[in-house]
Amino acid sequence: MPQDREIAIEVQNAVKHYGTFTALKTISLSIRDNEFFTLLGPSGCGKTTLLRMIAGFEDVTEGAIYLYGDEIDRLPPHKRPVNTVFQNYALFPHMTVLENVGFGLEMLGKSKAEARARAGEVLEMVRLSQFAARKPSQLSGGQQQRVALARALAPRPKVLLLDEPLSALDLKLRKAMQVELKHLQRETGITFIFVTHDQAEALTMSDRIAVMSEGELQQLGEAREIYERPRNVFVADFIGDTNLMEVTVDKVEGSRAQCHLGGGHKLTCDSVDGIGPGAKVHMSLRPERLFLSADPVEAESLSGTVRETIYIGTDIATVVELEDGPQFTIRSSNSTRGNARVFEAGTPVAVNMEMGAARLLVD
Amino acid sequence: MAGGAAPGGSVQSKTYREARGWLLLPAWVTLGILTLAPLTIMLVYSFLTKEFRGGVIWEFSLDAYDQFFFDRGLFGDEPPRIEWTYIGIFWRSIWQAGAATILSLLIGFPTACFIATRPEKERTLWVFLVTIPYWVNLLIRTVSMKFLLRDEGPLSDGLIAIGAISEPLGIVNTNLAVQLGLFYSYLPFMVLPIYAAVERYNFALSEAAADLYAPRWTVLRRILLPVVKPGIVAGCILVFVPSLGSFLAPDLLGGAKNFMIGSLIEEQFKGNAGNWPFGAAASMILLTLVLILLIASARQSQKRDG
Repeated sequence: MPQDREIAIEVQNAVKHYGTFTALKTISLSIRDNEFFTLLGPSGCGKTTLLRMIAGFEDVTEGAIYLYGDEIDRLPPHKRPVNTVFQNYALFPHMTVLENVGFGLEMLGKSKAEARARAGEVLEMVRLSQFAARKPSQLSGGQQQRVALARALAPRPKVLLLDEPLSALDLKLRKAMQVELKHLQRETGITFIFVTHDQAEALTMSDRIAVMSEGELQQLGEAREIYERPRNVFVADFIGDTNLMEVTVDKVEGSRAQCHLGGGHKLTCDSVDGIGPGAKVHMSLRPERLFLSADPVEAESLSGTVRETIYIGTDIATVVELEDGPQFTIRSSNSTRGNARVFEAGTPVAVNMEMGAARLLVD
Repeated sequence: MAGGAAPGGSVQSKTYREARGWLLLPAWVTLGILTLAPLTIMLVYSFLTKEFRGGVIWEFSLDAYDQFFFDRGLFGDEPPRIEWTYIGIFWRSIWQAGAATILSLLIGFPTACFIATRPEKERTLWVFLVTIPYWVNLLIRTVSMKFLLRDEGPLSDGLIAIGAISEPLGIVNTNLAVQLGLFYSYLPFMVLPIYAAVERYNFALSEAAADLYAPRWTVLRRILLPVVKPGIVAGCILVFVPSLGSFLAPDLLGGAKNFMIGSLIEEQFKGNAGNWPFGAAASMILLTLVLILLIASARQSQKRDG
């Protein structure tokens, strides 16, 4: 099969059934060497199942998984050169931090001295050297998290699997760990496969993201691509905030599609292959790509009335109701310039959009 | 109301302390009546002189301990030699109880693991099934065991019928029969504490070990066993200690040759032929032995965990 050193993990038509329940419906994807790859989706979408199939804790019902060209889906977990950082860390409570980190190396047949030396080195990398002699129960959650990370990195796996490793940490610590993980990935050059349900986390850290829902792959691409060019309603809705509306396409001219909203408001969207005149489809408009003005600045400005403004800190969100019903949320940055575009509730305003901000969705 | 919280608080904690003293009284009384008093009586009796038809004469004497450890000939006038009879019985008892404990562990540990890995709703049922046979009186269970194991019994007949053996089994009145009897008597005491420990065990630890290249047996040896060790130690103590002092199984299944401490002590208090101080002394020696073993095992595990 794919003898490609550029592809770390290749999942081919993988299916997973539990009895009559289908956890994964025929998934195929390639994870590149040395990339930070994220499986993103709500709980129950199959992302953890897929990760556990790569690790070897779940067998594949159908399909195959390749690691740098070698088929691994029939190997037991202890014969797969991949390591996992578990959600609740699963540190061995009866061993010291150093013993925990050295365990994998010891199992690989390294001498005690060698295992200790390498474990010490990795502990240094996650800045936990001074805790080497402690038991896991004597560490804080964040420290335990780093021990779990060190333990999984110590045997120099070809691929590191991370199963929602940050979900038990508080927000501040989580943000710090996100940066640290990203650095660690660059430093070690190991391919990371990261599972999360937190879309902001996925956008921050990943080279590429696979968005999953109900056992199916919804979209795979770079963070920017997923956010700015969502393929379907699920992705547009799940990643970030958006204004999701139903539109009817009137006419397609090159890369532009003339559409109208339910009430007849006209707007121009980027055209998408497979959507022609007459189609009724969804459209996604990111709140930060809209701006308000007292008077219309262009022909296609939508007129409406401010319903409320919501203070978020970095941003201010304004909810505007158009004359015949549909509501838009508009975000402007909380700055002198942005605040000039914030209006009191009840004020009539015009909603304007940047070129290409409105995006049609296939399904 | 103006008194403030601080004095009020201290008064409250004083009444609390007093109340706690009184509330603990029943526990102390129970412990005193059920544990300390009998032990003291036994200790005192072991240092008294024997009365020939049972009972004691209230006169201090070391005869009981002397009889246990030394042989002074038929008339008690020869120079003392070490008396090996009773030490031998003790040694055999330890060995028998040890074998029964190991047998219980070998059967009990997989059983406990099996129950702990069932779906949560089924577990209670399995625990219930393990304990059901123990609603029957121990005497009846042990006698039944004899019927099962004897040469004309179903086990022997069955093995002959399928051609596994040609001669009758002949295990009644052997050490093995006693070990089997003890094992069956105390098996739940092994299963239940281990089950409690394995049920609390986080199986993600096994996954983590497998993920770190540990094969199955290594996962068992290096991760599962050390983590559930407190349950295993508790189970072993709960089987070993009563096995050591047991007299039903050795009496009924072991015959006269496979005498254990329990039977020895029992005989000293039965009918008119007994020797109360000697029975009391043997009990005290047994108690000391068990205590030493327990302390040693506690020390050992402390050292390893510390």
